[in-house]
Amino acid sequence: MPAPNLIPPEKVPAPHSDFTVGVLALQGSFWEHEVMLRRLGVAVREVRLPSDLDGLAGLIIPGGESTTIGKLAVEFGLLEPLRAFGREHAIWGTCAGAIFLSKDARRNQPLLELMDITVERNAFGRQVASFEVDIPVPALKVVAPDDDRPFRAVFIRAPLIERVTPPAEVLATLEDGRIVAAQQGHLLATAFHPELTDDTRFHRYFLHLAGWAP
Amino acid sequence: MEAQTASYKVKVGLAQMLKGGVIMDVVTPEQAKIAEDAGAVAVMALERVPADIRKQGGVARMSDPELILKIMDAVSIPVMAKVRIGHFVEAQILEAIGVDYIDESEVLTPADEEHHIDKHQFKVPFVCGARNLGEALRRIAEGAAMIRTKGEAGTGDVVEAVRHARAVLGEIRRLKTMADEELYTYAKEIGAPLDLVREVKELGRLPVVNFAAGGIATPADAALMMQLGMDGIFVGSGIFKSEDPPKRAAAIVKAVTHYNDPAVLAEISKGLGEPMRGLQAADLPEDARLAGRGW
Repeated sequence: MPAPNLIPPEKVPAPHSDFTVGVLALQGSFWEHEVMLRRLGVAVREVRLPSDLDGLAGLIIPGGESTTIGKLAVEFGLLEPLRAFGREHAIWGTCAGAIFLSKDARRNQPLLELMDITVERNAFGRQVASFEVDIPVPALKVVAPDDDRPFRAVFIRAPLIERVTPPAEVLATLEDGRIVAAQQGHLLATAFHPELTDDTRFHRYFLHLAGWAP
Repeated sequence: MEAQTASYKVKVGLAQMLKGGVIMDVVTPEQAKIAEDAGAVAVMALERVPADIRKQGGVARMSDPELILKIMDAVSIPVMAKVRIGHFVEAQILEAIGVDYIDESEVLTPADEEHHIDKHQFKVPFVCGARNLGEALRRIAEGAAMIRTKGEAGTGDVVEAVRHARAVLGEIRRLKTMADEELYTYAKEIGAPLDLVREVKELGRLPVVNFAAGGIATPADAALMMQLGMDGIFVGSGIFKSEDPPKRAAAIVKAVTHYNDPAVLAEISKGLGEPMRGLQAADLPEDARLAGRGW
C-alpha cells in the first residue's frame, strides 16, 4: 500500500499543453499535486523564485509546514509577487497553503493575506488525531455533474477555517458544521489534502477557476 | 460519515508533508524555538545529541517525557522523539504523551537484538533507519511509515549517509530492470517481503518518504543528499554543535529547497561560522559505530 501519489512526477508522461499551472515547491507535498495535474493533462512548473511565476495560469500552494513555507517565501522575495499573482490568477492552498492564503492565522507568521478567512492551526490536535472522512462538497458538481460521491478528505495536523468573511464563502464543512473549505472568487482554500487521494474533482475544480477548458 | 484515525494514509501523509524540509535535533525548548524560527519542518526532542551520546557513553534511553512535553509546548511544528530499537514500552509512553512521530533509533542503545517494534500496533507513525533496500523494506513491513538513512550519527561526516543513500537508491535502480521472475530470489537475497519488492519495482522508489540522516553538517551536505534523491534531511548534532546555530539552521533549510541551484547554494553557504568539528567515520572502531545496530 504505497503512499498516495508519492512517485517522481516525471513518471507521469508530460502533457502537450500550453496551459501551465505552477506548484509552489518551497517545501511539502508539491510532487503529489504535480502528479495529479499531470494525470489531468496539464503542464506543471515548480515555483521557487519570483521569476518562476511568469506565464502561469494558476498556482497551487501545497501542504507542508506553514511556518517553513512562509519563512522561505519571505527570504526569497516571493511574498509580494505571490500577492500580485493572486489578485489576477487562481491560487489554491491545501492545509499549510490554506493557512498561507489567509488574512489571519492568530499567530505571528508570514501570510499572503489574500483571503478573508481566519484559520486556527493544528485545530484538531496532534498527529494521533489526524483522520480521514467523507464530506459532501456540492460545488464539485460544476466539474462532475453526474458524480454524487462524497469527497474523501484527509486531515493531517489540519487547520480549521474558523471564520469566513464576505466576499469569501464556505465551500465545505464537517458534519458538525466546522468549516474546512472556502472560496473567494478565484482563490480556494482547503484544510485537507485532495493531493493524497485519487479523486481528481478538486483539482479539476481549481483548474476550472484558473480558466482551463479541457 | 465515520472519521478514521491512524490510517496508513495519515501516517505516511504526515511524512509526505515534511518532504523538502529539515528536521532538527533539539535538547531544550529554547533550541526548539530556534529551529522553528529557522524554518525546520519538525524537531527531534532528546536529552543529548548523538555527538554527546558518543562522547559520554553509557546506556542511551528514551528522553524524559517532561522534557519532550516542554518542547511540544514551545513550538507549533511536529515533535518527534526516539525510542530504543525493540523497546515497545518506550513507544507506548511516547504515544501516550502525544508525540507526532517516533524514531526507533540505532542512536540509542538497542533493547532487543533480534526484533524491532511491531509498529502496526501504534496510532503514532514511526520512522526507522536503514543502510540498504532490504533493511528499509523490513522496517516498512513492520509498519514504519517513513525511512531515513542511518549514516553515522554524531560524527558530522556525511560519508556513511552517502553510502546508505547510494545503496538504497542504487538497489532500486537495479530492481527496476529485473525481470518479474527474478524477484523471488532477489527478495530472498535481500531479506525483504516479496510484495514490497514488487511494489518498489512498480513505483521506482520506496513506497514511503525517505530522508537522509547521520552526519549532515553543512548546506552543501544537505543539497548533496537531496541531489542524490532523498526526500528531506535530518540534522542531528550538526546545528547546535556549530558556532552559529540559528544561521546554520536557516542556511540548511534554504539549501534543501534550492538544492539544485548552485548559485543560491553559494550565497547561503557564506559566512556561517565554524561547522561542528566532527569525527571521521572511517576512524571509528567497530564497536563505536551506531549504524550496525538494527537487524
